[in-house]
Amino acid sequence: MKNPGLKTLGILLICAAAVPLVLPGPFYLSIATQVLVYGLFAVSVNLIAGYCGMVSLGHAAFLGIAGYAFALLTTSTGWPLWAAIPAAVGLSVAAGALFGLVALRTSGLSFLMITLALGQIVWGVAFRYVDLTNGENGISMPRFQGLLANGTGLFYLCLVVTGGCLALVTILAGSPLGASMQGVRDQPRRMSTLGYDVWRIRYAAYVLSAGIAGIAGVLYMLLFRFISPHTLSLTVSSEAVLMVIAGGLGTTFGPIVGAALVVLLKNVASAYTDRWPTLLGLIFLFIIVVVPEGLLPGARRLMRTLGAHLATRRGPTAIPATPVKEARP
Amino acid sequence: MISRRGFLGATAAAVSYGALPAMAQQQPIRIGMLTIKSGALSAGGRQMEDGFRLFLRERAERIAGRPVEFIVADTGGQPALAKTRAQELVQRSGVQVVVGPVAAFEALAINDYLQEAEVPFLCCSAAAEDLTQRRQNPWFVRTSSTSAQPCHPLGDYVARELKYKKIVAIADDFAFGQEQTSGFQRTFEAAGGTLVKKLWAPLNVADYGSYISQIGEPDAVFAAFAGANGLRFLRQYSEYGLKGKIPLVGSMTTVDEGVLHSMGDEAIGIISAGWYSAALPGEANERFVAALRKQTGVDPGFYSEGAYSAGLALEHALKAVDGKIEDKQAFMNALRKVDIKDDPRGPWRLDSYGNPIENIYIRKTERRDGRLMNTVIKTYENVSQFWTYKPESFLAAPVYSRNEPTKL
Repeated sequence: MKNPGLKTLGILLICAAAVPLVLPGPFYLSIATQVLVYGLFAVSVNLIAGYCGMVSLGHAAFLGIAGYAFALLTTSTGWPLWAAIPAAVGLSVAAGALFGLVALRTSGLSFLMITLALGQIVWGVAFRYVDLTNGENGISMPRFQGLLANGTGLFYLCLVVTGGCLALVTILAGSPLGASMQGVRDQPRRMSTLGYDVWRIRYAAYVLSAGIAGIAGVLYMLLFRFISPHTLSLTVSSEAVLMVIAGGLGTTFGPIVGAALVVLLKNVASAYTDRWPTLLGLIFLFIIVVVPEGLLPGARRLMRTLGAHLATRRGPTAIPATPVKEARP
Repeated sequence: MISRRGFLGATAAAVSYGALPAMAQQQPIRIGMLTIKSGALSAGGRQMEDGFRLFLRERAERIAGRPVEFIVADTGGQPALAKTRAQELVQRSGVQVVVGPVAAFEALAINDYLQEAEVPFLCCSAAAEDLTQRRQNPWFVRTSSTSAQPCHPLGDYVARELKYKKIVAIADDFAFGQEQTSGFQRTFEAAGGTLVKKLWAPLNVADYGSYISQIGEPDAVFAAFAGANGLRFLRQYSEYGLKGKIPLVGSMTTVDEGVLHSMGDEAIGIISAGWYSAALPGEANERFVAALRKQTGVDPGFYSEGAYSAGLALEHALKAVDGKIEDKQAFMNALRKVDIKDDPRGPWRLDSYGNPIENIYIRKTERRDGRLMNTVIKTYENVSQFWTYKPESFLAAPVYSRNEPTKL
């Protein structure tokens, strides 16, 4: 394994696998599962926003399309889970392929607005097409059987899926395609001069990102078993962008850290204070002021500065200390 | 919040319940409330909490001889968060009954979970028809009404007594507004009237001008709004000069007491229907209104009275089982059989679907003693959610929506 990100991911997955054993109850386990689901959704936003530099404000549409498709296929048409899941993800990939054609005609601020508009269109359909989506009253799914019925099984499923997608994104980021994506982000004109098809690289990333958001949508349904137009709303899209920015744009684990922060604040802090939206705002303000590059890279930078600071303080005494440790048997 | 030690103590006591019934009786009853404290619907959430807290204070925080622990959770008006909050109340705080939530989509999002967890669910606001119709949960009862329950008699009254023939409806474009309008349309048209047009205004619309200009010249306008939207619509209706020209009839929440105090002359003369009015005569209501007015400065309305009734229902059921809420099935059976005589809104009992059979009041908004009031002008007694229709045929039809009963 050459990729250092993958090694870290492996270690983290093993640590995360122990989480159900240490958490005190099913409520905390469901919070941990939520972190994984929203984390995966943030990973999909990060793929397009972090690696390609195109911030999308309509990603909840893909989450919702897969969620609605999954719910409708299993409840109304009675498809089995193994067939409904790929169909739902496929549908959100198809939606991504279609929306990409429209949205990727632009970049920057216009891209932001177009994705916002596309997201609102899908929200409008979910809200208005009552015969299909049951409007604001939403669709509930019956309880699942087997592995999915208990919280621990669902947690491990989400862990495996999120871990798998994260590994995929990490490998992608290290691959030639990933490198060209980051090239397109930093120097689109130069990449174009070098003979790269900028549009096609962006399109590939956008469709892949829609697919990952679709997978997150299926996990969302497995967890909540209820979907209504709120799931497709601008709030959900913008929260995902906030998670990515808070955790660290364009980093492997940043989105998960951001998702953990938002989910914990929403669910744990609100038990202690009524003013939790204010608290959320203050924490984002803190992040922007103190670690504008995001929590994860910011923490790394602060550690480094602190380390360098300590090293200069300690001065020459630190150097002779090292050989002592290397005592051989 | 309960402390960790308190929680452990409660759990330990619950475990030893079989051995020491006398001691368990002194353990607190834990009641959880799901409300909204932030966002557009927070006013309703606050009134709901006020209503329930008033009830608890009047009982000195004791029901059926047992102390009460009251835990409030904020859903932020988001269904996914509502479900997590419900899980938190049940699994972490160990509540024995859930009261609330404000909005129908929240209730629908948590209904399945509470059914699986077998937690009694006392809904005091969310009016979605299907909760007590096509999506029954044996652990669910409601103390408010279905959306259309007050609108059925209103449609009948408007057609037969006010003799309006042509009406234009304008409503919030979400399930509550749609169900209210459909219920009104059904009985109004059955009594010979015609609903010529339905106008749907988005929930967060900034300006009603473009909708008001589409009204045309009907005999009257039916308005179904929730929250502060009624306030804004009525103000613009009067600014556009339609007040006094085309009379208004409204649903309960359009002129709810919770917002009525912010209204002016534009509200005067509106005919509405609801299962409560702060102007109802009777000693129980006068005491309730005075107490809540003293506490919050606002008259009770839909949300606070619904929550207060939930408290009364809880008390009746708990007294029937000697406070033993731990026997969930017996408690639930008692809850479904409550028959309340001393409620501020008048007597009510639950039908076999868990929805109140209650009086529906036709009200007229007037100014008395410098205050706007919904004076009761006619009472329809013991109205059920099915109005005069047979439950079986009512339930065989699809649920009320934007296009049901008829497309317009």
